[in-house]
Amino acid sequence: MITFTVNGNKHEFSGDPSTPVLWYLRDELNLTGPKFGCGMAQCGACTVHIDGVAQRSCVMPVSTVQGKEITTIEGLSENGDHPVQKAWVEHKVPQCGFCQCGQIMQAASLLSTNPTPSDEEIVQNMSGNICRCGTYPRIHKAIKSASKSMTGNAGVGFFDPSQAGEEA
Amino acid sequence: MSENTYFDMNRRSFLKSTAAAGALVLGTYFIGSAPRAMAGVLAKPAENAKRANLFIALRPDGMVEVTCHRSEMGQQIRTAIAQIVADEMEASWEKVIVIQGKGDPKYGDQNTDGSRSIRFNMQRLREMGASVRYMMQHAAAKRWGVEPNTCVAAQHVVTHTSGKTLAYKDLIDDALTITPPEADKLKLKDRKEWRYINTGMAHIDLQDIVTGKATFAADVREPKALVAIIERPPVVGGKVKSFNAEKAKAVKGVVDVIEMPAPKGAPQFQPKGGIAIIANNTWAAWQGRKALEVTWDDGANGDYNSESFKAQLLNTVNAPQALVREKGDALSVLEEASDKLVADYYVPHLAQAPMEPPCATAMYYKDRVDVWAATQNPQADMETVGAMVGMDKEKINVHVTMLGGAFGRKSKPDFSAEAAYLSMKTGKPIRVQWTREDDIQHGFYHAVSAQHVEAALDENGKIDAYLHRTAFSPIASTFQEGANAPFSFELDLGFTDNPILTPNMKLERGEAPAKARIGWMRSVSNIFHAFAVQSFINEAAHKAGKDSKEYLLEVIGPDRILDVTEQKAEYNNYWGDKSVYPLDTGRLRNVIEKVSDMAGWGREMPKGRGLGIAAHRSFLTYVATVVEVEVSAAGDLNVIKSWVAIDAGTVVNTDTVKNQTQGGSVYGITTAISDGITFDKGRVQQSNFHNYRVPRMSDSPLDVEVEIVESDAPPAGVGEPATPVYAPALCNAIFAACGKRIRQLPIGNQLKA
Repeated sequence: MITFTVNGNKHEFSGDPSTPVLWYLRDELNLTGPKFGCGMAQCGACTVHIDGVAQRSCVMPVSTVQGKEITTIEGLSENGDHPVQKAWVEHKVPQCGFCQCGQIMQAASLLSTNPTPSDEEIVQNMSGNICRCGTYPRIHKAIKSASKSMTGNAGVGFFDPSQAGEEA
Repeated sequence: MSENTYFDMNRRSFLKSTAAAGALVLGTYFIGSAPRAMAGVLAKPAENAKRANLFIALRPDGMVEVTCHRSEMGQQIRTAIAQIVADEMEASWEKVIVIQGKGDPKYGDQNTDGSRSIRFNMQRLREMGASVRYMMQHAAAKRWGVEPNTCVAAQHVVTHTSGKTLAYKDLIDDALTITPPEADKLKLKDRKEWRYINTGMAHIDLQDIVTGKATFAADVREPKALVAIIERPPVVGGKVKSFNAEKAKAVKGVVDVIEMPAPKGAPQFQPKGGIAIIANNTWAAWQGRKALEVTWDDGANGDYNSESFKAQLLNTVNAPQALVREKGDALSVLEEASDKLVADYYVPHLAQAPMEPPCATAMYYKDRVDVWAATQNPQADMETVGAMVGMDKEKINVHVTMLGGAFGRKSKPDFSAEAAYLSMKTGKPIRVQWTREDDIQHGFYHAVSAQHVEAALDENGKIDAYLHRTAFSPIASTFQEGANAPFSFELDLGFTDNPILTPNMKLERGEAPAKARIGWMRSVSNIFHAFAVQSFINEAAHKAGKDSKEYLLEVIGPDRILDVTEQKAEYNNYWGDKSVYPLDTGRLRNVIEKVSDMAGWGREMPKGRGLGIAAHRSFLTYVATVVEVEVSAAGDLNVIKSWVAIDAGTVVNTDTVKNQTQGGSVYGITTAISDGITFDKGRVQQSNFHNYRVPRMSDSPLDVEVEIVESDAPPAGVGEPATPVYAPALCNAIFAACGKRIRQLPIGNQLKA
């Protein structure tokens, strides 16, 4: 018997321990926020937090999460108002939306360990998450915004008129 | 059907049947056991809603249900349709609910491809909205016994000049007794009165998406559903020789192993055949498939090798072929030319690879089939599923979920037919889940193509004669066995409608058989046609020693409407009437000038950096793109920034247009950097994102600046036109940066050499 929590609730698992966490979440718990995109940790659509750190649930066997805390997009915030989610809305990031739960979970994990990532650090941390709609420029901007709102740091401290107004 | 009959017929018939039609089907089976996720997208029409017309229903609580009959795949069509209807009917935005329309011919065309949802529907949606506004205004006037022109309907309220008001919700029954005028007599809002149209308002599904509540095909939950994963023949036309059902069934959770029927004749949208593993959950089905030990008879396509096919295509375009368009005598001029440029271009097969692999759930009953699918064309699902299970298409209920990307893949509903067939065989609801390997290896691929272009340059570097031959495996082959000639439809995408001005032009098309299933992919044959034409013009500019932007303008020539009739050619113009949507070279020149200003064209570039430009009209929209790249001494490519000017005529949502244009640009990078889909022994050699590369953030510019040309021209396409220009603009920038010309895609190691 493997025990762990999902979004704060205790769960027990007695099936095939090689089952990836993704399929347990989707097929058993009906938590459909984490998506199936590749099955080999290439695209990041399945990203969840394990003890607060972004992980690819499609290749993580349930046997490895004994005693761990799993958080899915459904548990990221009470009302969909995590700073990263708010930044995603502010920048109107999504197109089809399929990859965005994974992108948001990856970004939230990045900002929890590195609250003020550089442009290059954002690229490095986010390049494991594919978006076929090509929303990368907006994802990058949204992470910068979320970073500012989470740290109360208005960045480099000058007003950049090119960043004002409608999303470019 | 005339423009007006849909209007009255629909309205009247719906008044009679009120909410009976369509209102019940979504809810009863799945809601209840479903997680919250169901609510967001598969909104259930209220049973007490009253239909004003085909697209609009009014609820006693004042909410307005707008039907979206097109599939949502990221282009925000659900929002755009609601914007149009709500604006014209003067609805308060917060009182608008979007209902996703099932597959149903009553809506007219639902095939969400060709970047045509807005241009095919904007006018009638405006009319339907305006008719409801009319009904509300006249209902209030009747109630008050006043002249209608003393009443104004705005934001869910009708106000009389005296100041008294009536809410829309209190006028519903009265309004349904008012017959609005014929469409041509209906007063639509003036452009300057628009509240929602031509704004960048946020899309309606945004919050559901960022919280994981949006319902994609695999998110449709049915507690009794079994999961099927199918092992399909690796070669098109291949058949199962043997397999080990017992080994597969020995996997815990596997409940059945079912052989799929082999397709007959041309592929069409038929499932490929193979062996289905049915299990209690996805993982068990997947493990069961691994245990199958299946062997195959490959059939006639088992010899397909894309490398030798490439040589065949290049040979084809280097010999005379069938004439498509001719002006003057290009061949004689070319023969006598002292200054000539000759180039061959090649673009491989590509896979659409939407983030959501194909998926559908189906439940077979003896008198109907219910299907939930990520489909671009639910009416095609009705036909394909009907044929698969031997039932009339009217009995196939197709519910359209959100599509996790599509790019043309999901207008081929083979996956829905698989689910329906397996439900028929098992008597249980079945969810067919494609893996990424299935998606990459069993797709309908973008056609592989070769292009040969020649030009004679006069003493000023002007193109005096132009010859272009194209050859590619046609989409027709998917519908007709043995078809090997490009359709005119495919040639019309950036080939026959080439707007360059030259006294002598010859366009020819070669034949190519199809050894794989060929299908359309975002912007279709514009991809290779624009790549060849826009790369070639850039090569000619360098040969002539001219600035590539000025040369591009010069080649396009003075502002005019393209007329190829004197050249005995015809092009379909994307189903657009040429009197309404002429190919206007002035608009093409305008986006080139605009994007050049945006990018600071002509500025001094540091060593290793370059700007590239390309422009192309597709789907009736004019796009010009500038890409800035850096190529290191070691040959590493860095795409720094891109600028795009787009003239799509009237636009509904400015932010969506920008997002689509940014995304369509990034999608265009795939053409250049992807490994492409290659075949050996008839089998696709790529399998997942590790060997079928698609752009990641590290490949993408972090800034794609977009400007929309303000225009009151009729609306044109948006989803596709940014894609075909990108690869040539990128490769032209690479040449500017390092002097290496890319004529064959993918770029691969060409910069390293």
